[in-house]
Amino acid sequence: MSLTWEPRIVGFACRWCTYAGADLAGTSRLEYPAAIRLIRVPCSGRVNPSFVLRAFQRGADGVLVAGCHPGDCHYTSGNLFTRRRYSLVKRFLEYLGMEPERFRVEWISAAEGHRFAQVVREMTADLRRLGPNRKMREET
Amino acid sequence: MPRIGVFVCWCGLNIAGTVDVERVAEAARAIPGVVHAETYKYFCSEPGQNLIKQAIQEKRLSGVVVAACSPSMHESTFREAARMAGLNPYLVQIANIREQCSWVHTDREEATVKASAIVAAMVAKVRRDEPLEPLKFPVHRKALVIGGGIAGMQAATDIAEAGCPVILVEQGPNLGGRMAQLSETFPTLDCASCILTPRTAEVARHPLIEVLAYSEVREVTGYVGDFTVKIARKPAYVDWDKCIGCMLCQEKCPRKIPSDFERGLGSRKAIGVNFPQAVPNRPVIDREHCTYFEKGKCGVCAKICPVGAVDFEQTETVREEKVGAIVVATGFDVLPREAFGEYGYGKYPDVIDSLAFERLNSSSGPTDGVIRRPSDGKIPREVVFIQCVGSRDPDKGKPYCSKICCMYTAKHAMLYRHKVPDGQAYIFYMDVRAGGKGYEEFVQRAVEADGALYLRGRVARVYPEDGRLLVKGVDTLSGQAVEIAADLVVLATAAVPREEARGLAQILKVGTDEHGFFSEAHPKLRPVETMTRGIFLAGSVQAPRDISESVAQASGAAAKVLALFSRDELAADPLVAAVDESRCSGCLACQPICPYHAIEPKALKDRQVASVNAGLCQGCGACAAACRSGAMKLKGFTDEQILAEVGTLCL
Ligand SMILES: Cc1cc2nc3c(=O)[nH]c(=O)nc-3n(C[C@H](O)[C@H](O)[C@H](O)COP(=O)(O)OP(=O)(O)OC[C@H]3O[C@@H](n4cnc5c(N)ncnc54)[C@H](O)[C@@H]3O)c2cc1C
Ligand code: SF4
Ligand code: FES
Repeated sequence: MSLTWEPRIVGFACRWCTYAGADLAGTSRLEYPAAIRLIRVPCSGRVNPSFVLRAFQRGADGVLVAGCHPGDCHYTSGNLFTRRRYSLVKRFLEYLGMEPERFRVEWISAAEGHRFAQVVREMTADLRRLGPNRKMREET
Repeated sequence: MPRIGVFVCWCGLNIAGTVDVERVAEAARAIPGVVHAETYKYFCSEPGQNLIKQAIQEKRLSGVVVAACSPSMHESTFREAARMAGLNPYLVQIANIREQCSWVHTDREEATVKASAIVAAMVAKVRRDEPLEPLKFPVHRKALVIGGGIAGMQAATDIAEAGCPVILVEQGPNLGGRMAQLSETFPTLDCASCILTPRTAEVARHPLIEVLAYSEVREVTGYVGDFTVKIARKPAYVDWDKCIGCMLCQEKCPRKIPSDFERGLGSRKAIGVNFPQAVPNRPVIDREHCTYFEKGKCGVCAKICPVGAVDFEQTETVREEKVGAIVVATGFDVLPREAFGEYGYGKYPDVIDSLAFERLNSSSGPTDGVIRRPSDGKIPREVVFIQCVGSRDPDKGKPYCSKICCMYTAKHAMLYRHKVPDGQAYIFYMDVRAGGKGYEEFVQRAVEADGALYLRGRVARVYPEDGRLLVKGVDTLSGQAVEIAADLVVLATAAVPREEARGLAQILKVGTDEHGFFSEAHPKLRPVETMTRGIFLAGSVQAPRDISESVAQASGAAAKVLALFSRDELAADPLVAAVDESRCSGCLACQPICPYHAIEPKALKDRQVASVNAGLCQGCGACAAACRSGAMKLKGFTDEQILAEVGTLCL
């Protein structure tokens, strides 16, 4: 590992809110660290916990699951399942010894470009401090 | 072996200024399966699109990745270009390297590495895409309108006038809704029945409108273009086909009961119609108050009926209809007496609500249009009107403005003065809201020409004294306590959703707001649509509305229905869920999760599996995330595709 190690974040973003919010960060030319890579999903409720685990196994240092604010899901109830599902997954990851900062669930609307940029900045800063994910990364 | 083409756009300097596009293309060429990669200034331009089309044909591409701006900008442009070149449009993916890369990062090296990663992820995704065709659904060009008030009738007429058949279902025995109870109407003071009766007759006579009165919608299945509805006809205990509408039964029935239509101020018979001009002009027996049903004796109506139409054995009948669109126009109600005991409402007979005042004022009402107070029939010399009763009162759970009360109270004060020229009307109000064409002028007329006295403030108490009602309140403008001895107190009670429509929202799977009014899809841009495609709203079912607004919205809903009906087939996005039956264990864990009730069990020879109704599915993927067997596949976002993206992005 070189001295200029930079963290890698995989983000799952619902297309109606968070993905559009990230686009807005772009049209507003808000600068944020390049650590984040987004995967566009129809709804945060589409995100199977196995996707999150896979990302950690493949070496992601942090994972973000983000969607519309509760009550605003394009499909009305998708993010309510997300909220319930990931409060369990979060506890499970902590049980496995992952630092809580490595996994975040956030509600970011299509109008919250600033918030998206802010979340990425925060996560990147946290991960820089924590260093690489060694716990779950599979040896390849 | 896949043959993927990658097209990296410069977007002028928007991308190329930060990302080294040539290096991104170079890296793409190294990905297994990529047989072509090029860059261009603007791929969205005509020559740019031609480059893509040319490559698709010359290189026989099996998939395309365009690395450019957000898919919300040009995904459809590039998919269309692919289609024209003979490639299935769903085999095109967009790598968002502008909004989510070049515009948010400044370090050229970092941005270039990230752009390459995004491209690689989309290549991994497109390799796992399958060609898809838009879903096509037939459209049944027949509409169901629920509710026969002014809004429902307007929608039905507009649709029928355009040549499409309509079924109009009304739960009550007659058309007209609340408007049938009104006397004169603001802002013109024309009599309600003078404008309502011709409209009602037109609806009843229209060859393309079938009126099903005294009926209810019990079940709705299917989806836009292809709904199946079950409509129950409640037993009227009169065969309406035989009946000739002579109303001898009503005349001879010995049983008098208080009439809801008259707001309890008048009576009706146990058999009969609500009012003489009712359409359809057919009687109904009120089973709960009929002596025959209570005691098994009487049957006067059956004996007197010249055509033998009375049928005490009649039962509910249910019929099934197929329709392509539904308009909900089930209207509103006013706060029921039981829900509001303040100001002596329900306790003192001379405290009435505004709807009762409409009946007192109506020439076909219980007093033949002479304004008499209920307790002793005297003509009131002093009348106090109280506005905002229950409305704009968060403590009572109705923080909203009922919108129509300011106007109809001004109307009441005017009509009262026209009938009792030496009488005085007092109006307690919070604010006067008269935003509408000619509305403010109307209120001014009530004050200037008809001497209505407006007092700003709340009434604290109403209690009887010496045969009159003492109204105590404060005029907050002068700060003075006011006390008025009134003969009649009229409460402008809050407009609330109809109790009868509560179950309907569930049957239709349409949302309601916290008060129970039906929710529109968007408060500004989609005010007549609901979140369920093919179901529209008209009139006061959505929020309190006056007649002209109800009619305008009804015509809007009709226009939406007709736009649907102008097509032979409806096309929908094929990115929906599908079940891999060989893997499905039939646990149906997915069923309750689907917000659109799109999942049903399906019987195979030896077991059951889940099946998705593609017409209802909106492609959210909740079921795919919930399936433990990995059998639920969301097209365009399969587990395999997302995992492939994850794998690539982590490299
Ligand atoms: C006291 C008072 C005075 C008013 N004065 C005026 C005025 O002067 N000028 C003016 O412009 N407006 C006035 N209004 C407002 C006017 O009454 C409404 O704008 C109008 O009635 C709204 O029409 P609608 O068709 O939306 O609803 P409604 O008139 O409520 O009609 C709804 C219909 O749907 C039926 N229905 C309900 N549930 C079901 C179901 N589940 N299945 C089938 N059918 C169902 C009902 O039986 C009813 O026939 C007044 C209102 C009040 C209360
Ligand atoms: S994708 Fe969403 S809408 Fe479609 S069947 Fe699954 S849960 Fe229902
Ligand atoms: S659509 Fe954004 S969370 Fe469901």
